[in-house]
Amino acid sequence: MFEYMGDRLSNAIKNIRGMGKITEENITDALREIRMALLEADVNYVVVKEFIANIKEKALGMEVGKSLKPDELFIKLVKDELVSLLGGDYVPLETSKNPTILMLVGLQGSGKTTTAGKLANYLRKKHAKNPMLVACDIYRPAAIEQLETIGKSLGIDVFTEGKENPVKIVRDALEYAKANKKDYVIVDTAGRLQIDEALMQELKDITTEINPHETILVIDAMMGQDAINVINGFNDALSLTGTILTKLDGNTKGGVALSVRHLTNIPIKFVGDSEKLDGLSEFYPERMANRILDMGDILSIADKVESVIDEQEAMDTARKMKKGTFDLEDFLTTLKQIKKLGPLENILKMLPGARKMGINNVSINPKDMAHIEAIILSMTPYERRHPDVLKATRKQRIAKGSGRSVEEVNRLLKQFEEMKKMMKMVSSGNMKMPF
Amino acid sequence: MGLFDKLKKMVTKPIEEKDKNVVELYDKGLKKTRDEFVSKLSLLGIKYTKVSDAYFEELEELLISADIGVNTVFTFLERLKGRVKKESITDTNYLMEVIVDELFIIYVNNESLSTKINMNENGPTVILMVGVNGVGKTTTIAKLAYKYKSMGKKVAMIAGDTFRAGAVEQLKIWADKTESLFYGRDNTDPAGVIYDGLEMAKQNNADVILIDTAGRLQNKVNLMKELEKMNKVIERIIPEAPHETLLVIDASTGQNGIMQAKSFKEITNITGIVLTKLDGTAKGGIVLAIKEEVDLPVKFVGLGEGMTDLQTFDIEDYIYGLFKDMM
Repeated sequence: MFEYMGDRLSNAIKNIRGMGKITEENITDALREIRMALLEADVNYVVVKEFIANIKEKALGMEVGKSLKPDELFIKLVKDELVSLLGGDYVPLETSKNPTILMLVGLQGSGKTTTAGKLANYLRKKHAKNPMLVACDIYRPAAIEQLETIGKSLGIDVFTEGKENPVKIVRDALEYAKANKKDYVIVDTAGRLQIDEALMQELKDITTEINPHETILVIDAMMGQDAINVINGFNDALSLTGTILTKLDGNTKGGVALSVRHLTNIPIKFVGDSEKLDGLSEFYPERMANRILDMGDILSIADKVESVIDEQEAMDTARKMKKGTFDLEDFLTTLKQIKKLGPLENILKMLPGARKMGINNVSINPKDMAHIEAIILSMTPYERRHPDVLKATRKQRIAKGSGRSVEEVNRLLKQFEEMKKMMKMVSSGNMKMPF
Repeated sequence: MGLFDKLKKMVTKPIEEKDKNVVELYDKGLKKTRDEFVSKLSLLGIKYTKVSDAYFEELEELLISADIGVNTVFTFLERLKGRVKKESITDTNYLMEVIVDELFIIYVNNESLSTKINMNENGPTVILMVGVNGVGKTTTIAKLAYKYKSMGKKVAMIAGDTFRAGAVEQLKIWADKTESLFYGRDNTDPAGVIYDGLEMAKQNNADVILIDTAGRLQNKVNLMKELEKMNKVIERIIPEAPHETLLVIDASTGQNGIMQAKSFKEITNITGIVLTKLDGTAKGGIVLAIKEEVDLPVKFVGLGEGMTDLQTFDIEDYIYGLFKDMM
């Protein structure tokens, strides 16, 4: 997503490296590159102008000391400005009311219905809520069925009441929620243009009826310069409390993230980063700025890992890695845990220097992982603990059992040996991790 | 004769009744777009009577705000400045005519562009709809079905989006409304659904077969591969199909639209673009950049939510819609 922007910035900044001090001349190129990069990332034109003027003014006023080089100072400045542009501190979602009422609004196709499901899933998992979804999109064919299907797959209640009157639907939904001890109500509304007066009035009527604690604009991260008109249109009519940026798992540069908060002061609360129903992450400006500047996003990875990996198992594995007794059985466990993290590409992308190592755009075929798993599963537990016993006949049997070739079995065993060697080196301190 | 003169003619000369409807539709659909874009451009002509650096800077802002694309805008401005110098243009009113002309040139670029849909003479015409999530593929299929239905064609729809919840039902509802044949199953391999759907459509002698696909972000390798597989299946059943593969793009899309066009074009033989949701405030300028950088023409535009609001793209009408108030 933001990778490209990071590339442009780091190229631009390289040019100042080695300069004795920051002057108007030696930052001109860098500033032009930053401007281009931001415009290409769909950052609002006004924001770009302001950003560049700001950076220029501050950069020229900077004292270049002995300890910090001009390019380091400059990079820090750009990063700090990015962070402040992205909105300072994280504003968490309101969860304290009983029930808390949240309404999702936005243009057609921005991803409201999917996001509603993701939010319900998040609230149940992270905040131990008992959420309920309300189907208020009475216009788009099969929108209600879509929400029902999502609710069903998550095991979360969906309140529906036909396609008559959204105001009545929400009123009845709220009553139902109170009667059934639902402590979080998520209202999915129909997509609409911010200039459609009749449909905007409908949202105002819903708001008057239920007074939502959160009114959240769902916005497509691929949006161009028109984003600001959309945001302002919805905000003027409804007083938004936040936004959620969707489809950030695409390769959009997502400059709209930089514009949203700066021009409207509305916080970005979440980003949608996969098609699955757990593909919703909290938005942290600091992390996002690091990501833009290619400093990686270790914290996001840590969060992800924490939420899916069994701590005890992970510690056991780590101990075995250190002692060098890590075997194929442990490898299988690790593999299963990695699979729980979702597409591996997404994780690799977040590693610092991902682009330099060329792993930001690798595609990992989930089938390859499945093949490895199949091979290991075709071994007996004894063989997994003692891979040394694997000779020709055993390998042939494993190949047959897993439907793979003997070469593939050999390759896996070789890779496993190399991995073990690496682990020993890392844990004995002879080698630094790549990040 | 420059485009500007042609457009002026369109305003002054009586337009045939049928054409007039189309022009009016563009006019209505693009009203919001035009209001902002043109009033700014006109203001620019009032603010600066003489061409200057400040004028160009504001012009750049205006063009970028229309999502025309950063590279396209920069090369466009270079060319414009060249012409200003060569022809010693100082009057901003005259320059405005040049701007319209040059924008037209970006799009047309000495080619004779056709928005014609490649119809199969010997059997059903297969149209495959692709695009990222939420751009309006399913709704566009409904509008296309309505269009071909009114032309007396027998239309079939195949629900190739087996991933998104409710997608099959959504298309089914549209099939019922437009009295089209329909084939779809939930939660299965889309290539399999397309295979069976094509067989069904062939047996029922459909003239036009519209295939819906799941929204896919262009950087998801596995999903793009799935698209390749679908194409193979289609060709196996109906040789030379799909006759059209239309990439649907949301008019509010920014620079990522260029990457969408590039990536989809790499994987499948995209024959044209459908630009949807042009009835909002977005200007859809990205189609100019896509034409310039990826060389894909727009075939249809969505100008409203009604069934008749899908129109054959006409660059002159489009620019006319943008600039009408200036003339």
